[in-house]
Amino acid sequence: MFIYRPETAAPLNALVQAMLHNPHPTLSAGERELIATYVSRLNTCFYCCNIHGAIAKHQLGNNGEIVEQVLADPETAPISQKMRALLKIAAKVQKGGKNVLPVDIELARSEGATDLEIHDAVLIAAAFCMYNRYVDGLATWQPDNPELYDKMGEQRAREGYLTPPFKAVISH
Amino acid sequence: MAHIKLLNEELPGIVGLLNYRPETGKALTDLAEVLLRGESTLTSGEREIIAASVSYWNGCHFCHTSHAAAAAAHLKSGLGLIDDIKAGLPTTPVSDKLRELLHIAHQVQRGGKNVTEEDIAAARAQGATDREIHDTVLIAAAFCMYNRYVDGLGTWAPGPNEAYEAMGERMAHVGYGKF
Repeated sequence: MFIYRPETAAPLNALVQAMLHNPHPTLSAGERELIATYVSRLNTCFYCCNIHGAIAKHQLGNNGEIVEQVLADPETAPISQKMRALLKIAAKVQKGGKNVLPVDIELARSEGATDLEIHDAVLIAAAFCMYNRYVDGLATWQPDNPELYDKMGEQRAREGYLTPPFKAVISH
Repeated sequence: MAHIKLLNEELPGIVGLLNYRPETGKALTDLAEVLLRGESTLTSGEREIIAASVSYWNGCHFCHTSHAAAAAAHLKSGLGLIDDIKAGLPTTPVSDKLRELLHIAHQVQRGGKNVTEEDIAAARAQGATDREIHDTVLIAAAFCMYNRYVDGLGTWAPGPNEAYEAMGERMAHVGYGKF
């Protein structure tokens, strides 16, 4: 769809580049991709969950297991308490913005989350509620080849979101 | 007061957030600009009606009222349009095509997989093009983002419709990311 409508693709890619790939003072790219992947799972968007899961894996030193553990149960996954609290906020945002309560913010703060981290967790979660609906709303073709996602994930982790699509996808 | 300490607490809704985090703010306003004011066979008034409707269904007062005010500015309809949008446009003359596109938008608001082949066929039967269907889905999806962003961070919003009139005029005639 980015090829179909380049005028909208540009800001959509600029947004995800800024949110997930550009340098961040305190949240690693892997941590930010985990938020995106988790929200995509909550929205049951197969494509987004798989591609961002693959990118997360490569951003986390090729650690696919931690991604699986977060998707299965953030409460028991081997992540920081701060990340656990940010994922809780993301899950609230996925249901709707007003579900985020002061107690959720306080929990994140008590685990050391900064205002910027809270802001970004909310925005990433909100943005993936857009991307997931865009992809599923137009019933786009979604590959089911795990190796393809892994290759695309490796490319995106390395290059970010502003370079052309992976060749194997274009030839579909 | 928002859930985080903004740089300028007087700025309402998304405006304060764009000011707080311009690195992401620019992409957010560029997206709104192309979706709502870029070249399209749907008028800006029609597209703002879609945005305002989705925002109402998501319960986001700031986004609903400001985008309905923008629609009112485009359509020169008066601010009564804000409440008519809430009610599903009983008194505003809009095309059957737009009504079908609004149904698609409502399905997207509930979740992407709710859009059925029948929904698409019904829109096509009223003359909707692929581009128009694409843009409707993306506008609806985007407002599911903007609404969650604005409410998820607990931003403040002016109450009465009249407070949004000037903002609506600027959104319609100046554009996004330009004020």
